[in-house]
Amino acid sequence: MKPYRLYFEFIKGLWKENPVFFQLLGMCPTLAVTTTAINGFSMGLAVIFVLMCSGIVISAIRTFVPSEVRIPAFVVIIASFVTIVDLVFKAQIPEVSKALGPYVPLIVVNCIILGRMEAFVSKNPLPASIADTLGMGLGFTLALVILGSIREFFGSGSVFGFQILGEYFRPWVIMVLPPGAFLTLGVLIGFINKFSRQRA
Amino acid sequence: MRKQKVETEQEKKIFFLSVSPHIKDRLAVSRLMRDLIIALLPAMGFSIYFFRLRAVELILTCAFFSVVSEYAFLKLRRKALPKESSALLTGILLALVLPPNLPLWAAAMGAVFAVIFGKQIFGGLGYNIFNPALIGRAFLMATFPVLMTTWALPFTLDAVTGATPLGLMKFESQLTSIYSLFWGNVSGSLGETSTFALLIGAVYLFVKRCIDWRIPVFYLATAAVFTGITFLFNPNYGSPLFHLLAGGLILGAFFMATDPVTTPVSKKGRIIFAVGAGVLVVVIRLWGGYPEGVMFSILFMNAVTPILNRYIKSRVLGGG
Repeated sequence: MKPYRLYFEFIKGLWKENPVFFQLLGMCPTLAVTTTAINGFSMGLAVIFVLMCSGIVISAIRTFVPSEVRIPAFVVIIASFVTIVDLVFKAQIPEVSKALGPYVPLIVVNCIILGRMEAFVSKNPLPASIADTLGMGLGFTLALVILGSIREFFGSGSVFGFQILGEYFRPWVIMVLPPGAFLTLGVLIGFINKFSRQRA
Repeated sequence: MRKQKVETEQEKKIFFLSVSPHIKDRLAVSRLMRDLIIALLPAMGFSIYFFRLRAVELILTCAFFSVVSEYAFLKLRRKALPKESSALLTGILLALVLPPNLPLWAAAMGAVFAVIFGKQIFGGLGYNIFNPALIGRAFLMATFPVLMTTWALPFTLDAVTGATPLGLMKFESQLTSIYSLFWGNVSGSLGETSTFALLIGAVYLFVKRCIDWRIPVFYLATAAVFTGITFLFNPNYGSPLFHLLAGGLILGAFFMATDPVTTPVSKKGRIIFAVGAGVLVVVIRLWGGYPEGVMFSILFMNAVTPILNRYIKSRVLGGG
């Protein structure tokens, strides 16, 4: 595997094939947990971990898992790593774990993860799989941090917990409610489609 | 291959035909919008009489920002500027359903949101799914819930004493007199308090044949019958007359639920639309979390309209 190919597999997930903005995958956590930038960031970290670890394991075992049972096998592997993340979050950062609620266990059924396993990892060797899953995970995190920052800025006048707007600002409550997530994501994708040459 | 292409073009044509209002020529739409604005003049006059300068400021702010945001959006998309005044109508309607103490910057935000997210995002007049003015109000309701539920009595603008008649009915079991409700000397949104002024406008609309009688009549009748039944069981729920006159039901029935774009095309569909909205309004008012349900009832039925259009078609005469 040549290095430039690895670089390409890594870089495509960041923007050109960004799982949120261009593939529109993983909408459930994207819309639900991005009430603050920090929540989006933690969710992104959890997904990077699960994506990469299951990518490594599945890429390693891909040659001898019968294709008839590959999906159940993938799900079991993904679920193991999700359980690890869930328990670590609960033990180490209980506030974030509480804020993310059921969406950490729900990473098991996240389309991005099973999608990458099925579409890429199960057909590619280990180095390419690591590059691909890391790129996709970082792209997902980037999108969640952007969404979370915008919603936190308008919804509570702060970004990553730092108060930016003062007392004069009256928070837009809608931005931390579900409609705010749909509005923000829709407007973002609209602008991205308008200003990028490659139409999604 | 070629035949297929012709068919899709035909389908496209059919699709364009079913978008209402059926713009036969620009003149018809602009006349409709002008008549609606004229019909709102009495309500605007009464709101200025009751709330003085606040009403003038709010109406001007909403009208200004909705027109400007429509022009700006169309300029950005390099589209032709409209020849009708639907943005102005949206702005006026929005102002009339806002509480009198709302800060002007919030009203401006609502107007911009109403025009851009309520209408232009969908492709402009004729393609919007929801009534733009109500979208603006719903946005403000979700964004600034405290500001949007702070009411004031007419003439005083005193926010402390200003619960709306429906709020009093719901949270304090107090019924306001029918007389005040009819003339509008109660707290509430700018233009919804005076039933008398709204009825003058409604008569004008009927004389000019601007609106379909089915929607307001079935909407109000459903609400009246439903509240009549609940009144028999529990007088605390308020009489049918109280429910017709209180809150924004008259304004909604004549000026918002009749919007030709967001209501079903067929007559039967319109009746179902109106009855559904009437039931919803009473359910929300009596048992829902909010004291007033006109906005949500109309928005909900707007969402159902595409289904009604799909399954309830007028019988096609000729052809075949």
